[in-house]
Amino acid sequence: MLKKIEAIIREDKVNDVKEALSEIGIVGMNMFEIRGHGRQGGIRLAGRSGTYQVDMLPKIQINIVLSERNLEETIAAILKSAYTGEPGDGLIFVYPVEEVIRVRTRERSQDAVMYPGDIDERKGRVKGK
Amino acid sequence: MGNPVNTGDTAWILVCCSLVLLMTPALGLFYGGMVRRKNVLSTLTMSYTFMALIGVQWVLYGYSLAFGKDIQGIIGGLNFVGFNDVGAVPNGDYAKTIPHGLFAAFQMMFAVITPALITGAFVERVKFKSFLLFSLLWATLVYDPLCHWVWGAGGWLKNLGTLDFAGGTVVHIAAGFSALAFALVIGPRKGFGKSPLEPHSIPLTVLGAGLLWVGWFGFNAGSALAANGVAVNALLTTNTSAATAGLVWMLLSWLDGRPSTLGIATGMVVGLAAVTPASGYVTPLASMVIGAVAAPLSYYAMRFRDRRGLDESLDVWACHGVASCWGMLATGLFATVAVNSDGGNGLFFGNPAQLSIQLLAILVTVVFSFGVTYVLAKLLHESIGLRVSAMEEEVGLDISSHGERSYS
Repeated sequence: MLKKIEAIIREDKVNDVKEALSEIGIVGMNMFEIRGHGRQGGIRLAGRSGTYQVDMLPKIQINIVLSERNLEETIAAILKSAYTGEPGDGLIFVYPVEEVIRVRTRERSQDAVMYPGDIDERKGRVKGK
Repeated sequence: MGNPVNTGDTAWILVCCSLVLLMTPALGLFYGGMVRRKNVLSTLTMSYTFMALIGVQWVLYGYSLAFGKDIQGIIGGLNFVGFNDVGAVPNGDYAKTIPHGLFAAFQMMFAVITPALITGAFVERVKFKSFLLFSLLWATLVYDPLCHWVWGAGGWLKNLGTLDFAGGTVVHIAAGFSALAFALVIGPRKGFGKSPLEPHSIPLTVLGAGLLWVGWFGFNAGSALAANGVAVNALLTTNTSAATAGLVWMLLSWLDGRPSTLGIATGMVVGLAAVTPASGYVTPLASMVIGAVAAPLSYYAMRFRDRRGLDESLDVWACHGVASCWGMLATGLFATVAVNSDGGNGLFFGNPAQLSIQLLAILVTVVFSFGVTYVLAKLLHESIGLRVSAMEEEVGLDISSHGERSYS
């Protein structure tokens, strides 16, 4: 079973999260620069004379497609590395993924998301099993 | 024939002329950083347009209307049309030691930047064609006559003894109150008051403010029209007022949250606008008071404008109009012949009459510039229209007016 993690995190936590993920062997990901706000609804910025409210703040969204067996460990790594305890730490969404096909090798499914030296190989798993 | 040219004075004013020219691109950057990214080119273009438009108008007839042979104290005659008789020989009425052509060129740079200041009122929504027409009409019907009244030989405000060293009335009050009138007619930008229309690049604005400060040395110290002690005094008062106003503005914005970069840069420009009429008549210490008072006046004028829901978009009125009204009054308070023997004394130096003259000059400038601009803008609004369509405004003027993008 394949899953997709969409993690919305602070801009300034990108490097921490990337490091934590590579430490456990998550090697493939992509990210978007996004804007948005949660419950607290943005922050006030200094203007020419006094402050004004900005509701859409810059955030980073990291996308990772991975095997279900690696899901909890990955979530734990993100939770630990993206955490500050202040409002605005972000959210993690998990979705089921129907299919993954790697263009170069035409590998499908689980095989398509395995890389040399990744979390699966470290645990002794090999492709095709 | 004529007076002898002084090479030191001439070299200095040649430099000042270039410094004041620099202020118009600087203003473009100052304004360009404060608009949204879809309107940067449009905002820059409007400032640059004046270097072209007035560069032609001034030679053809603008200079003559402002500084030509006086007609009833109201307007200059046509004797300098096409820069006829404006050449190497000094004109004793204005500057005895530099070529007449240099005086005219130096004045041209003032005529260029003044209408460029007004563009801050209507950025992000004005129709380019209407802007061009308005600009030419404004230069001809507001700037040229007003310049003659205050600075032209025989001008009626000059004859009354108005003290305006480098353009408190002619430049800053005129631009500020014209901006107010224009903003009232054209109406707010789409989305004004609903969501913040954020400045897209404060670094551009800060760069512009810095270059404005440099250029202002030419503007104020050059207005001595000679390389002498009055020029040096004007440079010192200019610097002191800008420095003080920058500091005070920083404190004001700090009290309301954080010491804002945009706020500090704005405060500096406000200090420069305030000291302009006074620069050649007051001491550096007096200019510190001028800058210190100008900052809160403009700061709260800005907030007042905002609370009234008036989209005078880049606060030309609050920054230039309000600050320079105070600067003109302050000239009537702090002026002393100890600084400039060709100037006068203010209230604090035993001449209360000067204050009433300054007040009259302010009132005349406010009523004249506001009134004529309001009528001009209204006429254009009702005929060819001042605004682009809602769709063009949404897309941004860079694309819809000029067919270009700032950042690809």
